[in-house]
Amino acid sequence: MFSVAAAAVLGTMALVLIRAMLGPTVYDRILAVNMFGTKTVLLIAVLGFLTGRPDFLDLALVYGLINFIGTIAALKFFEYSDLGHAGQDARRGES
Amino acid sequence: MAVAVEVASWVAILAGSFFALTGGVGILRLPDLFTRLHAAGVTDTMGAGLILFGLMLQAGMSLVCIKLILILAFLLLTSPTATHVVAKAALHGELKPLLGNFHSAWKT
Repeated sequence: MFSVAAAAVLGTMALVLIRAMLGPTVYDRILAVNMFGTKTVLLIAVLGFLTGRPDFLDLALVYGLINFIGTIAALKFFEYSDLGHAGQDARRGES
Repeated sequence: MAVAVEVASWVAILAGSFFALTGGVGILRLPDLFTRLHAAGVTDTMGAGLILFGLMLQAGMSLVCIKLILILAFLLLTSPTATHVVAKAALHGELKPLLGNFHSAWKT
């Protein structure tokens, strides 16, 4: 049963990877990479149960958080071209 | 009782796998970014939620179950935020949503 779930998650990861390579815009690629990371978290969890060693769940937890931070950082870079940018709220406060 | 929990866990894991594959096909087939965000949402909520719920039923009441609940909570917090940020960055990046004339866009 876990092998079916692992196969389904792997198939989804393959489809998402195709979208990440096709593009066409950078946002499509970032969305696909974010989804790939979410599927990786699921795959780690399912594989832990498949091999009878659910200790991998700590890795899944950390991977999920790092994936989120990475997505936000990449999007901030592509939106403002500057990772140190304070965002819109700061600009609104100045004016 | 144990059989009922086992069957419920299998059903949840299989349904979660189905939703994950549905979202994978959706992100490949849908015509523009804002519709693909919808496909990504399906896998992040129903796919991940049901698979992790099935694993929780397998784990029973233990530390593993608490870790699974934490993973699910973080996923449910972070994936809508990431989707929102992608949509906001795409709109600021002058990416227009596809409006009308849907069939011609579908064929490309």
